[in-house]
Amino acid sequence: MTDDVILQVKDLKTYFKLDEGLLKAVDGVSFDIKKGRTLGIVGESGSGKSVTNLAIMKLIPSPPGWIAGGEVLLHGKDILKMSDTEIREIRGNKISMIFQDPMTCLNPFLRISTQMIETIVLHQGLDKKAAKDKAIEMLKLAGIPAPEKRIDQYPHQFSGGMRQRVMIAMALSCNPEILIADEPTTALDVTIQAQILELINELSERLGTAVILITHSLGVVAGMCDEICVMYAGRIVEKANADQIFGEPKHPYTMGLIKSVPRLDKTTKERLYSIPGQPPNVINLPDCCPFFPRCEYAKDICKQKYPPVSGISTGRSVACWLYGGGN
Amino acid sequence: MAPNENLLEVRDLKMHFPFRSGSLLSEKKGFIYAVDGVNFAIRKGETLGLVGESGCGKSTTLRAIAQLHKPTGGEVMLNGQDLVKLSRDNLIKARKSMQLVFQDPYASLNPRMTSGEIISEPLRIYKKRGVLDISQQEINDRVELLMERVGLSRYFKNRYPHEFSGGQRQRIGIARALALKPDLILCDEPVSALDVSIQAQILNLFKDLQDEFQLTYLFVAHDLSVIEYISTRVAVMYLGAIMEISASIDLYKNPLHPYTQALLSAAPIPDPVIERKRQRIILTGDVPSPDKKRTCCYFHDRCSKRMDKCSASIPTLHEVGTDHNVACFLYHD
Repeated sequence: MTDDVILQVKDLKTYFKLDEGLLKAVDGVSFDIKKGRTLGIVGESGSGKSVTNLAIMKLIPSPPGWIAGGEVLLHGKDILKMSDTEIREIRGNKISMIFQDPMTCLNPFLRISTQMIETIVLHQGLDKKAAKDKAIEMLKLAGIPAPEKRIDQYPHQFSGGMRQRVMIAMALSCNPEILIADEPTTALDVTIQAQILELINELSERLGTAVILITHSLGVVAGMCDEICVMYAGRIVEKANADQIFGEPKHPYTMGLIKSVPRLDKTTKERLYSIPGQPPNVINLPDCCPFFPRCEYAKDICKQKYPPVSGISTGRSVACWLYGGGN
Repeated sequence: MAPNENLLEVRDLKMHFPFRSGSLLSEKKGFIYAVDGVNFAIRKGETLGLVGESGCGKSTTLRAIAQLHKPTGGEVMLNGQDLVKLSRDNLIKARKSMQLVFQDPYASLNPRMTSGEIISEPLRIYKKRGVLDISQQEINDRVELLMERVGLSRYFKNRYPHEFSGGQRQRIGIARALALKPDLILCDEPVSALDVSIQAQILNLFKDLQDEFQLTYLFVAHDLSVIEYISTRVAVMYLGAIMEISASIDLYKNPLHPYTQALLSAAPIPDPVIERKRQRIILTGDVPSPDKKRTCCYFHDRCSKRMDKCSASIPTLHEVGTDHNVACFLYHD
């Protein structure tokens, strides 16, 4: 099994120094990415899911942010210790990213061809002609009709769904081992969302790419992911495979989250469960369980110390005092 | 009022926006047919959900009902009065029974007013215009009562919007909409900017307020599961027209229009076991631009069950079951 692990994130910490105090956006996050698998990271806004992935790519704006600790091992080599030249070899080549809003990620002044060819020439060492052929092939794979013509157009000539297809084509053009998709469908309509998720699934299977899918939508992770990490206030509170998370969630936050989503397949109109209170302000968070003010199982110890991450079974862990201290 | 009486009736509502494109010499003029002949009625005490993809005209419909856009054509009957034909003064009086809640709780609250001022503003405006006879003390009492009712402490009334979280701001917006004791609240995507755990709180608040004040909602959203949870009846819009309108339970159990079927099958369900078994209908292409006058079925170019007559004439809404209307040639001629 361990040979399949491409990327290991170990105890990653990313802090931001703000006027209001120290913001621990990511505070000790660990997970593994295996070849060809899809990992989902769910959480509400401010839970640190996007920052985690920016840190993996060493894209944290500094100042005010810095990576305060941990390791990101790509085939055993720590990305965080690499020089800028080394990391440029990895970005867009070994690990690539797609974002929520494709319009802000494409340069509006440049044709799609210019933007795609640049990446391919840089990373794959092809000449321009071959790179253009490769780009057209990728656009075709991503389901863009008439790619030979469309490639010479500008981003504004594409619709939202089409732009996201262009982003995916661009991201996969260098055969990366890992594709990080940060809320790839949040700005899209449901029917277009279904198209894009289908595309990510199909291409990652065909090209053997591992996917990290960041989203706030429980429905999307349920359909897409093998493993799921639930994040709250900068930490992973529960990590398990999809069936376990949805079938028998362990952490009170996961349980509450799943119960509070209205479901299409339930026709009984019973009242929705809602988690009381507000998500915490992560600035100057004390060393207690950040969920305890909203938790119905809160005990005294929850207010005093952050619960250790306890393994429940293989590949499954939860950070909650309900499941004992330690193992 | 009888329980089944219609509070709001919308008849053949049209909202066309003119546009110009091209250069000076080859200028093209035309219309965006954002809402193109919409008919529906909302009964007293119910929630009508309006669902559709972006650009289908659901927000424009809502704004045309509130007369924020002057409709190009059609009637909007509220309590037996046609809002489209009312004079400005009479419209302001009629609007008292119809209030709005907006999507973005950051943009829809004035950052330079305290939450108390925001909630009392409708009362103060109506007092100034002489429509409402209310003393300052009564306004203060009403504001405090409303704040507590929507789940905010009355001690927050001197705070500014930036001091509140997204969910709390949406509560302020709801309190403001309730201030004039309206019958109808038009909600434009009120939960789509909120996090999952907060979304559930606000949805429950909407339901509780409805029971307590006998409110009627027109609830616009793009999230099908939210619409299913909140609505008594649901209307599905596509490209400025209603494709299907039915009782909520019926629509989700037995969707008839091919577009409704595709929309429902595309919506993800948070359960991996069900997700693996589901057969998705994946629509090809994007929603076409509504800049042409339609002469055929709005959905015909993306429909998998297309027939010859679909590209020849427009199907109209027909009743095909109890309280279930659909605009599709599969079910009627």
